[in-house]
Amino acid sequence: MEILSKVHARNLVSWAADKPQVVVLSADLTSSTEVDLFRDAYPERFFSMGMAEQNMMSFAGGLAREGMFPFVHTFAVFIYRRAYDQIADSIAYPNLPVRMFGFLPGVTTPGGATHQAIEDLSVMRSLPNLTVLEVGDATDVETLLDPVQAVQGPVYVRMLRGEIPRLFPENEPFRVGQARVLTHGSDVTLLSSGLCTEEALRAAAALERRGVSIQHLHVSTLKPFDDETVAHAVTSASKGVITMENHTVLGGLGTATAELMAGLGAGRPLIRVGIQDEFLHGASRPYLMKEYGLDAAALVRAVETLLHEDLAIGEGDLAAVRLENVHSAAKAEAL
Amino acid sequence: MQSATPSTKAWVDDVRRVARGVRRRVLDHTIRNNGGYLSQACSSAETLATLYLRLMKLGPSVASPVPPPFQGVPKAGRKATNGAGYNGEHAPDGDRLYFSAVHYALPLYATLIETGRMAEDGLRQFNQDGSTVEMIGAEHSPGLELTGGSLGQTLSQAGGVALARRLRGESGRNWVYMSDGEMQSGQTWEAVQALVYHRLDGVIAYVDVNGQQCDGKMTDVMAVEPLHARLEAFGARVFSVDGHDPEQLAAPAEQPPDGRPTVVLAYTDPCRGMPLMEARRPKLHYVRFKDEAERSSFADMLREMPR
Repeated sequence: MEILSKVHARNLVSWAADKPQVVVLSADLTSSTEVDLFRDAYPERFFSMGMAEQNMMSFAGGLAREGMFPFVHTFAVFIYRRAYDQIADSIAYPNLPVRMFGFLPGVTTPGGATHQAIEDLSVMRSLPNLTVLEVGDATDVETLLDPVQAVQGPVYVRMLRGEIPRLFPENEPFRVGQARVLTHGSDVTLLSSGLCTEEALRAAAALERRGVSIQHLHVSTLKPFDDETVAHAVTSASKGVITMENHTVLGGLGTATAELMAGLGAGRPLIRVGIQDEFLHGASRPYLMKEYGLDAAALVRAVETLLHEDLAIGEGDLAAVRLENVHSAAKAEAL
Repeated sequence: MQSATPSTKAWVDDVRRVARGVRRRVLDHTIRNNGGYLSQACSSAETLATLYLRLMKLGPSVASPVPPPFQGVPKAGRKATNGAGYNGEHAPDGDRLYFSAVHYALPLYATLIETGRMAEDGLRQFNQDGSTVEMIGAEHSPGLELTGGSLGQTLSQAGGVALARRLRGESGRNWVYMSDGEMQSGQTWEAVQALVYHRLDGVIAYVDVNGQQCDGKMTDVMAVEPLHARLEAFGARVFSVDGHDPEQLAAPAEQPPDGRPTVVLAYTDPCRGMPLMEARRPKLHYVRFKDEAERSSFADMLREMPR
């Protein structure tokens, strides 16, 4: 598997070269959110706002009213938890083209509950006028900016940084409102998002060997949630549907899928793999994924529940966990 | 009214006349509706009149004299309505007003009427269903450009607008009208810090320091003084003036920009011009008459108020 480093950092610089109205706001996490290269390349378009996110979000609204495109970068928790009122009134209500890049979703940081965004999709999905996106691989990150910029109103992106695997072909760009179909199958529909797609792929070969027919979709648009491909997938699986997300099962992919299925009268079991309404704490990603039941083994258990059978898949049958270095040149600090 | 001392300057007389009109109009509306934001009119009348008549460089209103019905909240595919047209067309060298203390919407609408920017009939729509002349105004309401009702957000939004205007090379100033209650909010201080750091000296904020908030007297809720020293310590250029004296109100704005954002602390009396208000202290935020007798005493006061 190809692993890329600091994809967004380099991509943003080249993408923004001919877009003078794109400005970046940062809240003291400039290299941690991969906008250091942008700062160095376009210092006149980079604004340091300090550790003061409420002011930063309202400032972004003011800039956007005047035809600028503020690309706000910080850790996700500091966007939606610290400045929710400001996002609602200064950005979402007036439907302004502010692009919010929220880093450190869920298990991606050992920074603990204060740094781990576990309910951002839930909170942001419920705000009118917002488009809510999540990336899952290097191709998503590389090809995200054009479709984001094509959205008229505000966009929240649940972002990845550092070393990111390439799961999807380079020539198949990110598209808003369009899931990526990874496998076709008829027994089970699996909708995965963010880094859970990579994790789900660890179980793919083992499940195939046991003859389980899985339709696997990588979902990157959480709102609007009106993709025909997803609608077809959740109504066509004979045994049921599984969602798998690095987020609480309240309000994210699992909830959106439940709402969709209920609306369509899909009448099938749905298992929501994700964080079961509790906080995480500071630890490594593989540890947290196992501990909180978001890993490939948890997916296998969900499939077994839908099929009512023991597939006899052990840890040894799953592809190896990709281990990241805690200290790496791809990240500013170990966070 | 104690502001009746004759002035040699015609504009000062105009300001005083408009301020008296604002008080009378807000009082009249409050009597008719058995409720209203009276103390806000008492404290803000001279400041709003000075801003509109003397300080802000605004073109004539380009909005409909009687505000049209609300066209709906902003959303995809719908062009949002904005109330800034009452303050004239946007121009690179023109000024803008960002009205933060939106609980003062009633005095603002009254000011628009007194300065010929809105028709008298506009106020009949106040707080009526389907109207933009909302009680706590938002960006679609006459005279408003931003949505600031949660308080404490407008100064930051104005900072973003001012930054964008500076990037475009525009020379127009950005006026913010705030209340002292907003000084309790952390975001206000984040905003001052950012305006200072980014040297946004095109922002000039007038603060109505009337010492009142929803729960009553500010010192019984959460003290904010010494505001002058606090703001100066943050790096702002600060002036403290008598908020009922037009010449004092106007003087700071005549200073050329010096790299710092300007804050004018307009110290005011929330009962000024309406002596009956004194009896309602300390709760002045919103006036609803206790009984018909009180209402009629306020109606008597209105008849005696100077024109």
